[in-house]
Amino acid sequence: MIKIVKRDQPSRAIFFFTPVLAIFLTLVAGGLIFFILGFKPFEALKFFFIVPIADKYGFSELLLKATPLCLIAIGLSFCFKSNNWNIGAEGQLTFGAIVSGGVALLFYEQEGFYILPIVILAGAIGGMLYASIPAILKTYFNTNEILVSLMLVYVSKLILDYLVVGPWSNPEGFNFPETRQFSDSAKLPLLFEGLRIHAGIFLALAAVIVSWFVFYKTYLGFQMKVSGFSLKTAKYAGYKGKKMIILVFLISGACAGLAGVGEITGPIGQLHREISPDYGFTAIIVAFLGRLHPVGIIFASLVVAITYLGAETAQIFMQIPKYTGQVFQGMILFFLLASDYLLFFKIKFIGSKK
Amino acid sequence: MHKIFIRSFVSSLVLLFTLTVTAIAKDVKAAFVYIGPTGDHGWTYQHDVGRKAVEAAGFKTTYVEGVPESADAERVLRQLANSGHDIIFTTSFGYMNPTNKVAKEFPNVKFEHATGYKREHANVSTYAARFYEGRTILGTIAGTMTKSNVIGYVASFPIPEVIRGINSFTLAAQKVNPNIKTKIVWAFTWYDPGKEAEAAKALIDQGADVIAQHTDSTAIVQMAEKAGVYAFGQASDMDKFAPKAVLTSVENNWGPYYVDRVKAVANGTWNQKDTWHGIGDGMVVISDLDSQMPADLRSKVKKLQADLASGKVHSFTGPIYDQKGNLMVAEGKTADDGMLAGMMTYVKGVEGDIPK
Repeated sequence: MIKIVKRDQPSRAIFFFTPVLAIFLTLVAGGLIFFILGFKPFEALKFFFIVPIADKYGFSELLLKATPLCLIAIGLSFCFKSNNWNIGAEGQLTFGAIVSGGVALLFYEQEGFYILPIVILAGAIGGMLYASIPAILKTYFNTNEILVSLMLVYVSKLILDYLVVGPWSNPEGFNFPETRQFSDSAKLPLLFEGLRIHAGIFLALAAVIVSWFVFYKTYLGFQMKVSGFSLKTAKYAGYKGKKMIILVFLISGACAGLAGVGEITGPIGQLHREISPDYGFTAIIVAFLGRLHPVGIIFASLVVAITYLGAETAQIFMQIPKYTGQVFQGMILFFLLASDYLLFFKIKFIGSKK
Repeated sequence: MHKIFIRSFVSSLVLLFTLTVTAIAKDVKAAFVYIGPTGDHGWTYQHDVGRKAVEAAGFKTTYVEGVPESADAERVLRQLANSGHDIIFTTSFGYMNPTNKVAKEFPNVKFEHATGYKREHANVSTYAARFYEGRTILGTIAGTMTKSNVIGYVASFPIPEVIRGINSFTLAAQKVNPNIKTKIVWAFTWYDPGKEAEAAKALIDQGADVIAQHTDSTAIVQMAEKAGVYAFGQASDMDKFAPKAVLTSVENNWGPYYVDRVKAVANGTWNQKDTWHGIGDGMVVISDLDSQMPADLRSKVKKLQADLASGKVHSFTGPIYDQKGNLMVAEGKTADDGMLAGMMTYVKGVEGDIPK
């Protein structure tokens, strides 16, 4: 007989084991889906998860793809740890990209070592400004930050649309919705000749280190943790809740803004309507898959990044529809949430007694 | 004996021929990069119909759908160039910079970019269709069929391609009905069924009884069907989505061009060029004309179609005036391709301003 028993305390081992379980179950379910669609499951999984990163170029593309996901997810973990549900990282990314892109365009055809730091800073500030809207509305007007931050995503995309179609469009570009190309001084330096991976990866790594330090070595980290467990306790302990809410939103916005900077001053090199394939939303999956732990987020961003690359490879070599990549992302989150059940309950096998 | 000999000779000839054909087919591989899903029944769908024509001609093809115009486009292009494809068609404007960038790294792979204007390397060609010729037909039909003399037009982005379409449509409509007005709603999207339907509804509410579109979904013709007004299909024959509303469609027919270019690679005759084909070359096709149109209009349209194809009639024949009444094209003259490519002003009779 099988009996489900509630755990006295959530198991810490299971806490870090369930993401691995979720990935495993996703692979099994994915293989099954491929089989039903009439593809050889193992071959399909090989093209999905191994072939795209089998060479140096492929691996560099994986890191390029994982960089914005990791950066945003680190920022989101500040919010999520402290019970602030910032769903609008995509908007903060977009607005950060708008501000930094605007600054980069100001320096059109100018060169100088000082340009790039200003452009990067502008992106972080843009993201922070945009994240401060749901934060301030939440602290002072008690609005729901999920709705506000989500709705602001669409506003930011419309602002970007307006700018690249109208005032910022390339004067020599026949009115097509895109800006001029940024000058080299406004672009992140490439790390290797012939590869697209750029200095933005150091921003992500710095975010990982700083977040680890803040989470586990500072009073703020402790406050965040307590607020995450119980808002009432935090209040009772006398923490300044409002200040913390605004702070975590600002950190989160800065990270998302920097991810936007990395895209437009890295591989894209200009502003146009599609600067992010919804990194801000996918990073939510990354943050949870990584258990809001800085190191976990590194691994999670690599796993999720590969679903993007794998989907392309699988379509090129096996004609598997590319949208299966999104199916994989969805399944990872689904299995993760489902297996979280094991955190709080354990399954006991009891021998039948007659 | 003699007969058997001939038979085996013939069959070995056939075999030899088949082998040669398959040898060529094996040699050249074509790849297609799509912005949307192949099932969008509009832009991407028609490119995929073109790809199937290339397959039918005996060549191997690959496609990748739903490729965003973000940093991802470059990776997909590089991967296709790296995996043995000889010619790559990139079928959305936003792929222009990545196409030129990757083309530089792979001088032996041919790149064909739809609707763009940059050919920075010898292995990059561009191609587009003279859709405005199709819009001359639609304008003629709209001007004849309207009762309210208000014609609605859902536009995507204020780029020359779209402005040219609005102008060509309006000029043709004015020719058959000097009282008409063209009202424009800018949807600022190529494909967004929700927004497109909204736009169509706004135009119908303003009294438009014929709706034209320069966006790709079937939402507009379906909205027209519901409201009981006329509409035209875009990119593919949309008659089955709104049988009463759709009078005809302008179809994008890429197949002949694609087959031609892939064959050119196989024969070693591929060269860089900028192609702009219209009704005459079969890149723009007019679907069946609906029986709701009077017989004399149908025969008029057929004749116009033939004249546009032969070059006897040009969509932009003077005198043409802009909104302020300034002369754009003098009497007896036609607009040259340079003027068409950079067209950024409305002709007289179009309402409103071009968004800036």
